[in-house]
Amino acid sequence: MKRTFQSLVTGLAFTAVSASQAVAADQVAMGFIYVGPKDDYGYNQAHSEGCAGVQKLPWVKAVEEASVPETTAVQETMRNMINQDGVQVLFPTSFGYFDPHILKVAKQYPNVQFFHCGGLYTEGKHPANVGSYFGYIDEAVYISGIVAGHTTKTSKLGFIAAKPIPQVLRNINAFALGARSVNPKATVQVIFTGDWSMPVKEAEAATSLINQGVDVLTCHVDSPKVILETAERRGIYVCGYHANGSKLAPKGYLTGAEWNWTKVYTDYAQMVKDGKTLAKGTIPHLIRGGIKEGFVKCSDYGPAVGGDAKKDAEAAKAKFMDGSMVIFKGPLKDNTGKEILPAGKEYKQQDIELEKMGWLVEGVIGST
Amino acid sequence: MSPPPDSNTVAVAAAIASQGAAARAPFRWRPAAEAIVIPVGAVMAGCVLFGFFCLFQEKNPIAVFAAIYKAAFGSWYSFQNTLVRAAPLMLTALCTALPARLGLVVIGNEGALVVGGLAATAAGLAVQAAPMPVVIGVMLAGGMIGGGLWITIVGLLYYKRGVNETISSLLMNYIAIALMNHLVNGLMRDPSSLNKPSSYPIPDDKMLPTIGNTNVHYGLFFGIIACLIAWVLMEHTTFGFKVRMIGGNIRAARMAGLAVTRLGLITCFLAGAAAGIAGMVEVAAVHGRANESLAAGYGYAGILVAFVARHRGLPIILVATFLGGILASGGILQREFKLPDATILLFQGMVFVAILYSDSLYGRFKFFKEQGA
Repeated sequence: MKRTFQSLVTGLAFTAVSASQAVAADQVAMGFIYVGPKDDYGYNQAHSEGCAGVQKLPWVKAVEEASVPETTAVQETMRNMINQDGVQVLFPTSFGYFDPHILKVAKQYPNVQFFHCGGLYTEGKHPANVGSYFGYIDEAVYISGIVAGHTTKTSKLGFIAAKPIPQVLRNINAFALGARSVNPKATVQVIFTGDWSMPVKEAEAATSLINQGVDVLTCHVDSPKVILETAERRGIYVCGYHANGSKLAPKGYLTGAEWNWTKVYTDYAQMVKDGKTLAKGTIPHLIRGGIKEGFVKCSDYGPAVGGDAKKDAEAAKAKFMDGSMVIFKGPLKDNTGKEILPAGKEYKQQDIELEKMGWLVEGVIGST
Repeated sequence: MSPPPDSNTVAVAAAIASQGAAARAPFRWRPAAEAIVIPVGAVMAGCVLFGFFCLFQEKNPIAVFAAIYKAAFGSWYSFQNTLVRAAPLMLTALCTALPARLGLVVIGNEGALVVGGLAATAAGLAVQAAPMPVVIGVMLAGGMIGGGLWITIVGLLYYKRGVNETISSLLMNYIAIALMNHLVNGLMRDPSSLNKPSSYPIPDDKMLPTIGNTNVHYGLFFGIIACLIAWVLMEHTTFGFKVRMIGGNIRAARMAGLAVTRLGLITCFLAGAAAGIAGMVEVAAVHGRANESLAAGYGYAGILVAFVARHRGLPIILVATFLGGILASGGILQREFKLPDATILLFQGMVFVAILYSDSLYGRFKFFKEQGA
């Protein structure tokens, strides 16, 4: 053991660093890291499609690694991408990668820029070479709600969610508000599965909701795959999430809230190519956008979507595009009857209150 | 037992893993060769199987193996990655290995790790104003007690009520994870952890540092020391002898007047304590707080390590390093060869199934019998 160790230390100590592959001077080398598989019809696929999109640029070289857990493994992957693939820009996409993993590695490599999906960056507290980006996907979920509210015959909608955390509650509420804006009778029954990837529980939740008379399902879990498949098999309608799931539910797919990371990653690639950096302040530390900015989009309508639904959905989209749409505005009550916002008050998209959301709006059946 | 002079890591890992309790008798080269040839042959067989998989994927197997070696053991930089991955596996492996000597199959490693991590966090937060060594010491004690008591419950259920230890320890993993989710969402929750519910953090300057200027944290020392202690305890003390006697024949042990229940519970406590240290290290060296990231599967990987190392302390160090190396090379297969992310698990599975199968080959080859014996 001792000899093995010594020979490794002395003989090969410094060969690794030189092993990095050369990156041409005018190229931008980007590294993408996902917590799950690239073909999950969900969160990770959306990012991988973004990577594939930006890779089409001739001056971008991208490497990706999937199924990297939120442990020291992701620190290792980041270091490997920097040392072995020579990346200048890293996109570790899972929420749990940020603290402590990105923060730790970012301090070790001040010349590499780290962009994290989820928006936890705090000025002054976190390293200067860390930034974050996220999309207001609740806008696209609101559109899904409008289509769902029009399409449902029972006025019972179902939402399968991972955890009662602000990001998820915001989507549930947006879905309910969208549906109730066109169908005031509509209710949204929520089931929390407890974790991001629980295919068996998700299938059980879908089945039980359908048995209770729910005829449009949607979800916020890492991979909507089994939910889409269960809905299609049972002959009900479904709205997708994260990525386009119409292939899994060709008959019942209405629309879906999709990320458009290609747009975001292409913007970042261009900024890096132009020599901009986070540290110099030429790349903003926080980047956000919704439908208007092209960060999120709605899937093409499925065959079951009627003319009225399309008309109302397009009208709402147009209002998002011109900036006149506000999802969370008074009078707004939560589902216990407590007033959230009085008439005349509203929470705009950037409002910090929305990031602390701990309530479900009227019409949602379930509790946080 | 001392390692063979050949320092090829793979061979040593596998050879020592299978050697088990070495005979003290005069050196006989044929049985010794058996203990090296069979596991090395098993690793080779696993590699050949994986080579076919590479061919099906239209990749050159030689190039793939070269990349795996390079990414796992090929340089000091990559060997650090291997060591970081090996550290928790050494500790969680002991959670299966120690009770195995009693004849119990305990697979509650993940649960003991999680409970140990929770207890260590609670203990560390309670004394966070104290100097760093005190905080670490208290966390270590907390982790050991938490994890230890957790597996002691499994022992109690078995010795007092005859509950199958494999099933109860497996189910207790789920309870542990549910308990953790409950605590980090409630009692222990830091209200500023909005989208990833977590406990309050251990102050940065009280955390377990990395060794020198490497990326390897001191958890590796905890792992190696724990394995060495387990080795001495089980192979070279009367306590270990008694435990092995219980494992050999529990009735005979009772007849001989051994305090079977007491010895069993102590062993279960030590097993849980080892996994508890793994949880403590995850909190103290990596995450700085308790949250769902604690349940990252180290416990389940530890079961594999324990079985391949035949539940012995020293081989666990080598098998954990070997498995750590395999896992550390997963990235390069994705980035350089564009192989699917599950490829490395496939490789791991093929090699380890081959090693476990090779167990049945001992004594089956005439060549390895001592001539004239």
